[in-house]
Amino acid sequence: MEVKVGARVLGANEAVAGENRQRLAARGIYCINIISSPGAGKTTILEKTVEILKHKLRLAVIEGDITTTLDADRISAHHVAVHQINTFGGCHLDARMIRRALDEFDLSNLDLLIVENVGNLICPADFELGEDAKVVVLSVPEGDDKPVKYPVIFQRAGVLLLNKVDLLQHSNFDQAKMRRDLKRLNPDLVIHETVATTGQGLDQWCDWLVEQAKAKKAAMLRDEAK
Amino acid sequence: MHELSIAQSMIELIESEASRHAARRIRKVRLVVGEMSAVVPEALQFCFEVASEGTVAEGAGLEIEKRPLKARCKACGRAFAVQDYAFICPSCGGYHTETISGNELYVDCIEIDDVE
Repeated sequence: MEVKVGARVLGANEAVAGENRQRLAARGIYCINIISSPGAGKTTILEKTVEILKHKLRLAVIEGDITTTLDADRISAHHVAVHQINTFGGCHLDARMIRRALDEFDLSNLDLLIVENVGNLICPADFELGEDAKVVVLSVPEGDDKPVKYPVIFQRAGVLLLNKVDLLQHSNFDQAKMRRDLKRLNPDLVIHETVATTGQGLDQWCDWLVEQAKAKKAAMLRDEAK
Repeated sequence: MHELSIAQSMIELIESEASRHAARRIRKVRLVVGEMSAVVPEALQFCFEVASEGTVAEGAGLEIEKRPLKARCKACGRAFAVQDYAFICPSCGGYHTETISGNELYVDCIEIDDVE
């Protein structure tokens, strides 16, 4: 006997992501999910971001890694609330992991939640966590062909941080080509050029984050007033 | 790794369907996969076999139907097949489009056996 199912394979994850999203919206917490290949500079960007923003916003970080607490240790050195998730072989974070991690924070005292996903451009693209935006970090040494090779994540992202732009002069990275490919894939993508090690470009990126966090809080207050 | 978690999610979904219909065995599973879903069919076949061991879906055939990538232009309404991930309208050159096919990843139907 044939039985019609018609259910999305990742429907269970999407349902939990929806719960996370509601929980964050109720507190007006803006949440980003940072995704990149290993070594693109996610954690260095995060360290600098946390340093710039920690006196402007109440923020917390969720670190996703296969093993070790190395990244969480780097973030907690900046005196910011951080929770490490080890996936023990898993190539991405999922919404259930984030649901458990949310219990570790005082959500009534938070404006911005930054999730650093496992270093991987493929799998994290398919697993919604309940975030407001996916942020992709692409570093110049990885090459200008990454958007067309990994179109899913580059299409679903809200922001691209093009990192290590100080290396452009030493490489054959064709930024015009990358921007052309991205426009065809995701015309509304916000692009910031950065050098995480020197802090170049991070002020604009942080201003953007503050703007988003303010808008999210304002939306919560409007909802409460209703 | 990614295909394994997809296969595990499929098994969870199939098991709940099977128990709803009091099925003892699943003969076939039909999955619809869009071109834009980051799923490799061969890898998924293998992971499905592994993940289904000892479950109601053990030994079930997995049929994968692929769906091509198609978009519709938000400016002029033209639907078109997307080539090389360039979401650009062939009629008006517009960049703002919505994907109408190619993001699918769902279990369409299952064939069950031996209703108790």
